[in-house]
Amino acid sequence: MMENLRHLKDEDVLLLLNDLLEQYGYDFTDYSFASVKRRLQRVYITDRFPSFAEFRYRVKTDPEYLVYLMEQITVNVTEMFRDPGFFQELRKQILPVLATYPLIRIWHAGCSTGEEVYSVAILLHELNLLHKSVIYATDINESVLEKARKGIFPLQYMQQYSQNYQLSGGQQEFSRYYAANYEYAKFSDMLREKIIFAAHNLVTDRSFNEFQLIVCRNVLIYFNKDLQDKVLHLFSESLEQLGFLALGAKETLRFTTVAPLFKPIAHKEKIWRKIAT
Amino acid sequence: MTSLPKLLVIGGSAGSLDVLMQLLPELKPEWPLAVIIVLHRRTDSDTLLSELLSTKTTLSVKDAEEKDILSAGCIYVAPSDYHLLIEPDGSLTLDASEKVHYSRPSIDVTFMSAAEVFGSRLSCLLLSGANVDGAEGLQTVQELGGFTAVQDPDTAEVSFMPRHAINIVKVDKVFRIGEMIAFVKSLNDDNRVV
Ligand SMILES: C[S@@+](CC[C@H](N)C(=O)[O-])C[C@H]1O[C@@H](n2cnc3c(N)ncnc32)[C@H](O)[C@@H]1O
Repeated sequence: MMENLRHLKDEDVLLLLNDLLEQYGYDFTDYSFASVKRRLQRVYITDRFPSFAEFRYRVKTDPEYLVYLMEQITVNVTEMFRDPGFFQELRKQILPVLATYPLIRIWHAGCSTGEEVYSVAILLHELNLLHKSVIYATDINESVLEKARKGIFPLQYMQQYSQNYQLSGGQQEFSRYYAANYEYAKFSDMLREKIIFAAHNLVTDRSFNEFQLIVCRNVLIYFNKDLQDKVLHLFSESLEQLGFLALGAKETLRFTTVAPLFKPIAHKEKIWRKIAT
Repeated sequence: MTSLPKLLVIGGSAGSLDVLMQLLPELKPEWPLAVIIVLHRRTDSDTLLSELLSTKTTLSVKDAEEKDILSAGCIYVAPSDYHLLIEPDGSLTLDASEKVHYSRPSIDVTFMSAAEVFGSRLSCLLLSGANVDGAEGLQTVQELGGFTAVQDPDTAEVSFMPRHAINIVKVDKVFRIGEMIAFVKSLNDDNRVV
């Protein structure tokens, strides 16, 4: 027989979320409860706490553990050229429009370990636009940003990424963009030069610039409806007129309060354009 | 919680589609029952799968979208490449976190999440497959008062998954195909699944 699983109760989860908010200022209360609960439950079991009280005590008293817990609560899974069709759309339809601007400003919100940002940098490079671009790449999570800054990814994924790259319309030898050793691929400094990695919390932090393209993929699915609306308004404020907003494959503006401010550009690829007012 | 319908979750992997196609015609749209289907499969086959399933049922079949609210008479198919979770208010969450047992969607993830919300108003059925997915989830379902059943491994196209579940969980029922059909027919019967 399997050992009895120990369940965190909904009340336990609410207590923990409240601690994180009161003590550290991290507000997860408007995240998808089921997803947060599942992830806390996993940590609770893997770290073998004898009781919920001990778990809670550790979180309250050990700031290093908090950093780790944050990483565990948020989902950081990402890849290069994830959903190749999306990157094809960027390459063929969206970036050529941005090419007419003297300076291209792009914001990746919730960039995780950076794979998506490096992918866009590659597109910009190939369209000969990188030199006049600034890319802000932000995340709530310091530890993923640290990885993103380094631009070093496990070599074992390169075959998959290279395939994604080709499916997205890439025609170069993908390996030209990184230097490989036995385990890792280190992406070229040339790609990194125009990227600014910085901490930014979508729940609490404000708009910090105006952009022509905001990419926020696979972040909103972890938020409840109210928080989605709030963040979408932040994006709307941070976009220039006629700026583009790109969401993840399962995310939509439909049924949100910002929907009237945007018009869909590429339905399947989840790209909208801010209407001129 | 009284406003939520009862819930049936069916999990399957290799060799489960045929069985599923035999079960679906028995479900009636007027029953106070919502259905979730979690099938392991190649990515990109979503619309095909729900179209195929909808040929076998009068319930409406849809690919689950985030924030959909589970409603009676509806079959929700977990999309490929996302785990499907259920919120306390009966709405759905998609989650692209790490694969579980090499699978996304994972049957365990949905079974467990459904158990947390539906407790004894939940029935879970695990079909044919070559994976260990589902077993741990059934365990949770049982602990939280739900009904657990697996396809009789001897009748399964691939026996590994149901056999694994039987080995680690004392499931409520092991069904041959006919029994499974009878069970589904009885789902509207209030004393079967409360
Ligand atoms: C699944 S990743 C998405 C990565 C990439 N955009 C992609 O689609 O592959 C989600 C990221 O959102 C970040 N995140 C979660 N809550 C956030 C918040 N409140 N503010 C900023 N980033 C957040 C997480 O730390 C995580 O790195």
